[in-house]
Amino acid sequence: MHTFDLKIDEISKIEGKGSLFVKVKNNRITDFKFSITEFKRFYTQAIKGKDIISIPQLCARICGTCSNAHLLCAIKAAENALGIIPSRQTILLRQLVNYGLNIRDHALHLYVFVLPDIFGIDNVLELDEKNPYEHQILHDVFTVKAAGNLLGKAIGGRSVHAPFLTIGGFIKLPLPSEFDSIIMELEKSRSAVIRLINIFTKCGFKLERDINYIAMIDESYSFLSGEIHSSNGEKFTEENFGQYLDHIVIPYSQASGYKFSGKVHMIGAIARMNLGKNKLNERTKKDTSDALELFPSKNIFHNNLAQAIEILHAIDSSIDILKVLKIEKEKPPLIIRKKGTGIGVIEAPRGTLYYKLDVDENGKVVKGEIVVPTGQNQIGIEKSLYQFFSENLDKNKKFLENEAEKIIRSYDPCMSCASHFLKVQWT
Amino acid sequence: MLKKLKVGWFSFSCSEDSTIIFTELLNSHYQKWKNEIDFRSILVMQKKEDVDNLDVAFIEGAITSVLQEEKLKSIRRKAKKLVAVGSCAIIGMPSVQRNMFDEKIKSELSPFLIRFAYLDKVKKISDVVMVDDMVPGCPMNEEVFLKVINKYLCEFGITNKQK
Repeated sequence: MHTFDLKIDEISKIEGKGSLFVKVKNNRITDFKFSITEFKRFYTQAIKGKDIISIPQLCARICGTCSNAHLLCAIKAAENALGIIPSRQTILLRQLVNYGLNIRDHALHLYVFVLPDIFGIDNVLELDEKNPYEHQILHDVFTVKAAGNLLGKAIGGRSVHAPFLTIGGFIKLPLPSEFDSIIMELEKSRSAVIRLINIFTKCGFKLERDINYIAMIDESYSFLSGEIHSSNGEKFTEENFGQYLDHIVIPYSQASGYKFSGKVHMIGAIARMNLGKNKLNERTKKDTSDALELFPSKNIFHNNLAQAIEILHAIDSSIDILKVLKIEKEKPPLIIRKKGTGIGVIEAPRGTLYYKLDVDENGKVVKGEIVVPTGQNQIGIEKSLYQFFSENLDKNKKFLENEAEKIIRSYDPCMSCASHFLKVQWT
Repeated sequence: MLKKLKVGWFSFSCSEDSTIIFTELLNSHYQKWKNEIDFRSILVMQKKEDVDNLDVAFIEGAITSVLQEEKLKSIRRKAKKLVAVGSCAIIGMPSVQRNMFDEKIKSELSPFLIRFAYLDKVKKISDVVMVDDMVPGCPMNEEVFLKVINKYLCEFGITNKQK
């Protein structure tokens, strides 16, 4: 009969801090806690009373790795509150910034966090440079990350907390003279990404969950607009999305959890791929047909494969835009402050991100609500881990610990995001 | 075996934006740094950790809890040099925004802060330990970071001159 305690205080190779505690007595799990241990920074309290113009750049500081997703979502909510409609050029530039984010962010997750699990090493820098294949993969790590970084810098001014984006447009426009060299770098990284997709297509990691997948999908798989789809066949407008999110207090975690219509759901790349793979860029579809056959999938580890495919989609879609984009001189419109409520929903790298901002007649924020992807996936992560442990209690602790970290990484959680605010409801 | 700079990278309360910038700097600097730097601790990249006898500890984020304060003091004792990286570490902002909340909000937050052993006030790194160098910015300024790294590579005898 197995009796043990397993405690992982700081889960490695994820964004932010999380922990896992499992207590097993006589082959029965008696205590099980997946906790987000990142300390709160109380952003939803801090934005109260601040001018609406300052909110996107402040909220970008909720998270380092997906900062531009917060920036884009906060801008969308603010524009909806103020009745501002962005120009076609602004929409395309925002798509480019977001594609740059997805390339860089997914590449960080897949190469730096996950790939060591596949190669059985502690970190990606341990790849053997004397082995031609591993040497190539290590080279790929930096090539792909650099391509996303370059795109983010050229369009947004920086790949983290992009300074050029603001409500209504861009305070500085990109230089078209740089577009050809960006296209060249993106093209160069395609073969590396296809190698990455092949790795994750062949990867045998498996944990199936029968669960509702939720994602916002549009005709061009842009991440930034569309309707909310569920794998149960339902559709919702972005304005109504928040009504279906049920806030769940998890007393041992620094972050709140969420359910969708009372049930555990999963968001992120796997949800987008399950619900919208037919909307991917045509060139991406052509080069990933074998991988796309695996979707829709219930295997949570296919979130990794879905991210790899999304990197290629982001590259191909960016190339398409950059080839035809003519930059016209444009300035952001003058902001006329007025009372209103704005909702913004986008697909951040880790899933559906929701902002709701209430603004008074002077343009000051009265109330802000932000629901981040990791908050929505938190309960699902714990349930996935519980399922795995229930089926593997006879295994040794080292194996269980390693597998638990792999499961957590497959969700690509971002703890900095998840612990940004507080709703006091627990006792 | 070549002598390398023993480096640790530690994140406390912040967005970890400087960590992301650091991982992006690896794209263009890894080939050089692999011969010069021994990454003893960087949780975002590796599970293995050896924080004893560090040459340089880079600290990102502000100090929010009693446990964080103890951990930072422990790192300081084990590192010859300590560098505060990014705005939250150097001036506390935006992580110290909780310190500016009015009494009503503070009293609402109080039970939560007690439950998870938060400090009464968020602190910048120099409020807790001695800081040898700083890399400002939100996220950190890449050029300043490279200057600091090169300075210590030289100071600890890994390279001959500052580049």
